Amino acid sequence: MLTLQVNGAAHQVDVPDDMPLLWVLRDVLGLPGTKFGCGIGECGACTVHVDGKAVRACSLPASLVGDRPVTTIEGLAEDEVATEVTKAWLDIDVVQCGYCQPGQIMAAIALLKSNLHPSDDEIDQAMSGNICRCGTYRRIRAAIRNVAGAV
Amino acid sequence: MPVGTIAISRRRALLGAGGLLMAAMVPQGSLRATTRIVEDQTGPFAPNAFVRIAPDGSITLILPNVEMGQGIYTGEAMLIAEELDVGLDQIQIEAAPPDDAYITKALGTEATGGSTSTIATWTSLREAGAVARTLLVRAAANRWMVDPASCQTEAGMVRHGPTGRTLTYGELAVEAAALPVPTSPVALRDPSTFRLIGHAQHRLDGPAKVAGTATFGIDIRQPDMKFGTVAACPVMGGVLLHVDDSAARKIPGVREVLTIGNAVCVVGDHFWAARKGLEALEITWDEGVNSTVSTETVYRGLHEALQGPAIVAHTKGDAKGAIAGAATRVEAVYQQPLLAHAPMEPINCTVHVTAERCDIWVGTQVPMRARDAAAEVTGLPKDKVFLHNQYIGGGFGRRLEHEYVTQAVQFARQVAYPLKIVWSREEDLALDRYRPAYVDHLVGGLDAHGKLVGLSHRIVGPAVVARWAPEALLPNGVDDDLLAATVETPYAIPAMFLDYARREAPGVVTAWWRGVGGTRGVFVIESFIDELAASAKVDPVEFRRRMTGDHPRARAVLDLAAEKAEWGSKLPEGVGRGVALQYVFGSYLATVMEVELSQMGTVRVRRAVVAVDCGRVVNPDQVVSQIEGGLIFGLSAALFNEVTLEKGRVQEKNFNTYRVLRMNESPAIEVHLIDSTEDPGGIGETGTAAAAAAAANAMAAATGRRYRRLPLTGVQA
Ligand code: FES
Ligand code: FES
Repeated sequence: MLTLQVNGAAHQVDVPDDMPLLWVLRDVLGLPGTKFGCGIGECGACTVHVDGKAVRACSLPASLVGDRPVTTIEGLAEDEVATEVTKAWLDIDVVQCGYCQPGQIMAAIALLKSNLHPSDDEIDQAMSGNICRCGTYRRIRAAIRNVAGAV
Repeated sequence: MPVGTIAISRRRALLGAGGLLMAAMVPQGSLRATTRIVEDQTGPFAPNAFVRIAPDGSITLILPNVEMGQGIYTGEAMLIAEELDVGLDQIQIEAAPPDDAYITKALGTEATGGSTSTIATWTSLREAGAVARTLLVRAAANRWMVDPASCQTEAGMVRHGPTGRTLTYGELAVEAAALPVPTSPVALRDPSTFRLIGHAQHRLDGPAKVAGTATFGIDIRQPDMKFGTVAACPVMGGVLLHVDDSAARKIPGVREVLTIGNAVCVVGDHFWAARKGLEALEITWDEGVNSTVSTETVYRGLHEALQGPAIVAHTKGDAKGAIAGAATRVEAVYQQPLLAHAPMEPINCTVHVTAERCDIWVGTQVPMRARDAAAEVTGLPKDKVFLHNQYIGGGFGRRLEHEYVTQAVQFARQVAYPLKIVWSREEDLALDRYRPAYVDHLVGGLDAHGKLVGLSHRIVGPAVVARWAPEALLPNGVDDDLLAATVETPYAIPAMFLDYARREAPGVVTAWWRGVGGTRGVFVIESFIDELAASAKVDPVEFRRRMTGDHPRARAVLDLAAEKAEWGSKLPEGVGRGVALQYVFGSYLATVMEVELSQMGTVRVRRAVVAVDCGRVVNPDQVVSQIEGGLIFGLSAALFNEVTLEKGRVQEKNFNTYRVLRMNESPAIEVHLIDSTEDPGGIGETGTAAAAAAAANAMAAATGRRYRRLPLTGVQA
């Protein structure tokens, strides 16, 4: 039995030791906002925050999370930076199919929390682990810049 | 060439005349973020299949096409709302249930694909809105006993001009429903008075998608549902001989191991158990006849067909004679690889089969086909199969196929509980249905002034349409998708000869892929036009401009792109600038791209400038968005992608070996729209069609050598 702190609540789960956090979130806790894209840490669709840092949930066994707080796209309601980020996303209509966007948004929030005024290079560095097959990169970058400008 | 002749026939071919029909969708994330099932809702005022107004004032628009990122929910809602005279903040959107009413005449089908949606619904959805508004006005005029001509509408209400009295649409719903629907056409708004169309509107699906609450097929959860993942024979046509599942069944959380003729499914309490179980299986396949197919087999077959018989697909004048008499002869062979779709949302399908009914939750571009397949597998009548279509996490043509639905139903009918099957990314790449490989041979003749006098062209490759919609194969055996961008060009070409040698790809199933014939054809034609320009020693933009003859819209986009991209200005060492001009999907595009090649051989696209004339624009910013995304999608393929085969097995496994353009590799993209009053053209695939040619031409400009094989970073002949 594992205890996970997810979006501010403690959850007891009975799962195999090697089971990635992604599948615990999606299939056990019923939090489908975090997406599966590749399963090998290549696409970023599964990005969540563990202790405030962007982490690939598909590649992190849930048993290694310990008592560090996990935040998913479903757990952002109260977060100020997150509010600004989603607003910036909507302002310039970033999304297309939207499937990669929870991961993109989680990665962007983690970036902005550690660096409120990232340079273009820093944005690229933080975000280039997140694939968007619909090609929304230009708008993602612009939205992040807009948040930096607004705050 | 007007949209309408060849363009329409191509779309018909692409989508087939098979009378596809869209089945019920569970729509998600409307403005009010409601989720409703269409069948449960009946409003008293529903004058047609697209508008429903309830006495409580709720206004629901029913949209005939599926949303997979292209913004069509928003665009189609705008068309109806414009004429109905409601704001986008006053409506809810729903996707169409299965009904003949949603077959679009111009297509003969209800699939979503081929950049056809806006073209097909431009008039019909506006008419639907106008009819509803006309009836609401009549209902109000009856109540007030005034002349309908003295009433106006605004934002969901009718106003009597002289007295200022108002009634909301909801208040009029019951009376409007009692009125006869007009049989003669109602007047549509003058475009100069459009409030919505042509003015950027935010996407209706945006809020749910940024909140992570939009439900994709893969997110479906049903009571007592279990999770499956599958391995199908990695060699096409192979079958399952034996599976040893003793180790798999010992894995915690594994519940069941199911088999069908060519695949195994492990079912577990969650995807992870299923996945671990699958890895623990010992499977023996009979790989069948394709077990020796390699990439070389595929290309060899195509190149061999450059000689020998072919079907004449198009002739104009005496191209061969013109070439024989030309001052200069230019010749080139182009090769394009098999490509995977790799949408971000891996293939998945949730199915619950009981004795009475079959429910399917899936994201599909062809719900009717999927539904019919399920009926066949289960033996249930079609009206007992309920397909709940979901948001699609990337289609790109992959979800115009429904074999994964058939497979899921074959497994799910063996169990009593709802079964969600999710393919791994590895399975998605290994068992995709691929964009075909093609080889094209072109010969052009230039006169002494460097003017093209004749063009001879042979296309070798599969006819996707022959499998996908066989009735749409042209009587002479040509897949008319191949005529896109090759016959239908933005140029006045005095003499042309085009023939087609059909060669089906061994060892793979081929399918539609974003941009279809346009993506294929623009690369070939626009590369060759560049080669002709070089041979004629004329600047590539100037060479094209001279050829645009009776295509003023082509000339306009070309000039605009050249101007905005500062065509002709100096570039740093190692950077080349290339242009591509196209007329596909009824839209004109000119793309200027700058590509930088490093000493190390790495290639980076720095900048892309696109000028677009896609006729009247419904939602301008979404046009820009589609061009941006389409270009990126096309560039991933053009620069990096090739599906390779060895011993009949696809070698690309995941995004580490099937490389996708990332943010740090993406160019700056500028899109310039031409103000146009022509009927709308398609847009979702045009950017993809432009990518390879513009990049190849830019690389040629940078290095002085031609790039005739895709991917551009691969081995060149
Ligand atoms: S699913 Fe985790 S990085 Fe792709
Ligand atoms: S929006 Fe579709 S994958 Fe990013």
